[in-house]
Amino acid sequence: MKSFVRIFAIMRKEFLQMGRDRLTFGMIVGIPLIQLLMFGYAINTDVRNLSAAYVDESDTHISRQFIADITASQVIVMKQRVASVFELERLLDAGLISIGIAIPDDFDRRVLERDRQAAQLLVDGADPIIAGVAQRLSALPLRFDSQARQPQQAALLEVRNYYNPERRSAVNIVPGLVGVILTMTMVLFTAVAIVREKERGNLELLINTPIKTPELMLGKILPYILIGLIQLALILALGWYFFQVPIRGSLIHVLVASLIFIAANLSLGLLVSTVVATQFQAMQMTFFFFLPSILISGFMFPFDGMPALAQNIAELLPLTHFNRLIRGIMLRGADITSMLDEMFALAIFTAVTLTLAILRFSKRLD
Amino acid sequence: MTNQKQIAITASGLTMRFGSLVAVNNVDLEIEKGIIYGFLGPNGSGKSTTIRMLCGLLTPSSGSAAVMGMDTKKESESLKQKIGYMTQRFSLYEDLSVKENLQFISEIYAVPRKERKPRVEELLESFRLADRAKQRSGTLSGGQRQRLALAAATLHKPEILFLDEPTSAVDPQNRRDFWEVLFELAEQGTTILVSTHYMDEAARCHRLAILDEGVKVADGSPKQLGESISSHVVEIEADDPNKARLCLMQCEEISSITQLGIKLRVMIPKTISDPLALVNSNLSEENIEAKIEQVFPDLEDIFVSVTQQRREAPGV
Repeated sequence: MKSFVRIFAIMRKEFLQMGRDRLTFGMIVGIPLIQLLMFGYAINTDVRNLSAAYVDESDTHISRQFIADITASQVIVMKQRVASVFELERLLDAGLISIGIAIPDDFDRRVLERDRQAAQLLVDGADPIIAGVAQRLSALPLRFDSQARQPQQAALLEVRNYYNPERRSAVNIVPGLVGVILTMTMVLFTAVAIVREKERGNLELLINTPIKTPELMLGKILPYILIGLIQLALILALGWYFFQVPIRGSLIHVLVASLIFIAANLSLGLLVSTVVATQFQAMQMTFFFFLPSILISGFMFPFDGMPALAQNIAELLPLTHFNRLIRGIMLRGADITSMLDEMFALAIFTAVTLTLAILRFSKRLD
Repeated sequence: MTNQKQIAITASGLTMRFGSLVAVNNVDLEIEKGIIYGFLGPNGSGKSTTIRMLCGLLTPSSGSAAVMGMDTKKESESLKQKIGYMTQRFSLYEDLSVKENLQFISEIYAVPRKERKPRVEELLESFRLADRAKQRSGTLSGGQRQRLALAAATLHKPEILFLDEPTSAVDPQNRRDFWEVLFELAEQGTTILVSTHYMDEAARCHRLAILDEGVKVADGSPKQLGESISSHVVEIEADDPNKARLCLMQCEEISSITQLGIKLRVMIPKTISDPLALVNSNLSEENIEAKIEQVFPDLEDIFVSVTQQRREAPGV
C-alpha cells in the first residue's frame, strides 16, 4: 500500500515537471511530427531524377531516339549535352552529374550488329545505390521502329510485388520510424529524467527517504509508457493520413508489440542513467546506442544483406525485433502469435536491463 | 545510574578515505538525545562526509556508527524513517511549487492519507510559507528556500535532524529565526546535528565537535572548550594598534595576534603564569599606551588554539 503511494507520488511529480518543461513537452509531439514528415518524404530508395549529361558523337535518328527513351524513364534528368567524353568526366569529377552517357560515332552499326555494347554509361559509383540504378538503365530494352524486331526473349523470372505493389518507400519507412522515434525519445527521456535529479541534487534528498529502488524506477517508467503510446498513436495517424500507410493487422497486436518495445527502451534508459553522471553524458550514451539501431536493425538496409557478425549484433538491439514485428503486423497483416520469438526477445531484453538498472542503482552516494 | 543520559548517535573510529585522501579520520562521537550538537570546521574538514556516513549515504572505509541504536551500514533503510536530512545544496524540486514539494515529500514518507493535508498546511503556517504556497520553489529567496528545506526535512517528524551547513546562503535575520526554530524542535525532543563554519552559530550549540582536516580535535560544550584550551587570551586596546602589533610580534611567547578594529586579541600559552605582565612589559619597552584585559576565550580563539596545537604536535 505504501509502495503505491510512493510510486504514485513519483509519477505525479514527473507529470507536473513534464507539463512545466515546455521543451520536453514540445519534443514529445515535435519529434514524431517532424521526423515522420521529413523522413517519410525524404527517404526514397526508389531513385529518380539523377542528374545526367551526354555526348552524342553519332548524332543519328537512332541515337536521338535512344536519348529520348532513356530520359522518358524518369530515372535521369538530362542536364546538358557536351562535346566529348573528356567533358563528361569533368562534370562527373565536379559532382555536377551522377551519370554520363557516351554515344560513339559508330553507334548505329553497334546497335545493328549487336556484337558489343553500343554505348557507355559513366557512373558515379561511389554511391552503391546510384550504381544499382545504372545497372537497371543498362538493362533498358531498345526499341527501334525502323528495325526488324529481334525475337524477344522472355525473362527468366516474373516479379510479383507483395504488400507494396507501388514500391512506395514510405510504406516501409513509416512502420520502421515508429521504432526509431520511440527508441530515441524513450531512452533519452528516462535516462535524462534520473540524471537530471542527480545533477540538480534532488537525488541526494530522495535516497535519504524510505523510498525503495524499484518504487522509484517504476514511478519514473510508467509516465513515459503513456508518452510512448501517445507518440505511437501520433505516428500511425500521420502515416495513414500523409502516406496512406496501411495497418493490415490488428491494432491490438500493434499496441501489444509497441508496449513491450517501449518497456525495453525505458529500462535501457534507466540503465544508462545509472552509468552516467550528467545529462550530456546521457545524451552521448543514447546516441551511441541510437546510431547502430538505425543502421543495422533493418530499418535502413535489408537485414539479410549484412554479414553474420553484424546480424548477431543487430539481434541484441530491440529495434531489430520491433521492426520485424511492426512491419509484419502493419504491412503483412501478420498475427502476433506467429512472431512470438520476437516478443520473447524483447521481453528478455527488458528483464535483463531492468534488473541491471535496479541492481546498479544504489541508495548510497558511494 | 537510573537517569543515565540517553544516547542518540554513537560512532567509533569512523574513517572515510577517497583514494589517498583521508576525508574523515578515526572520529569517535557520543551524542545525547534532545540536544543541538554542532560540527565546527573549515570547508573540507570532513563535516559533510561525517554527516553522510551517519545518514547511511556513504559507507565508512572503517569504523562504525549507530543512530538511534541502528547500525548505519546494515539498517540504513529502516533508519531513513527516523532521520531528517537537510542537504547543503537546496535539493527540493525547483520547478514544483512550495506546496507541491511538501505534498510530494508527505507521499514519499507515506504519511497516512488523512494526515497529509493538515500536516502540509501546518508546516506552511509554522514556517511562514503560507503566502508562498503556490510559488515555484526555484524563485524563492535564500531564507525562504531554507525554511522550505527545513519544513520538508521535519515533515515526517524525525527523531534526529541532520543539517549540513543550513545557513550558508541566508542573511543574519533569517539565521536568527532559523535557530529559534531549531531550539523549539530540540525542546520537543528532536536531536539535531548541525554543521557550520560560523563561530556565532557554533556558540549556540549545546555541545560541539571541532573538526580539522578530518580529525576531531576537540569536543564539549562551548564553555568547557573555552576552559580547556592551553592559552590565555588577552585583549589590548591601543591608540596605535598597528605599532602595538608590530611590537608584540617580536615577543616569542605570543602564539597568535588577531586585530579586531582598534583592538588586538593575543593568545599566550598557559605556561606563562602572568600573561598581562608579559604584554605590559613588552609594550612599555616601546612606550606604547594601552588598556590590557584578560578575557574568556571565544570560539574563534578555541578554534585557532586547538588546530594550532594539532599541527605543532609531534607525529602529525
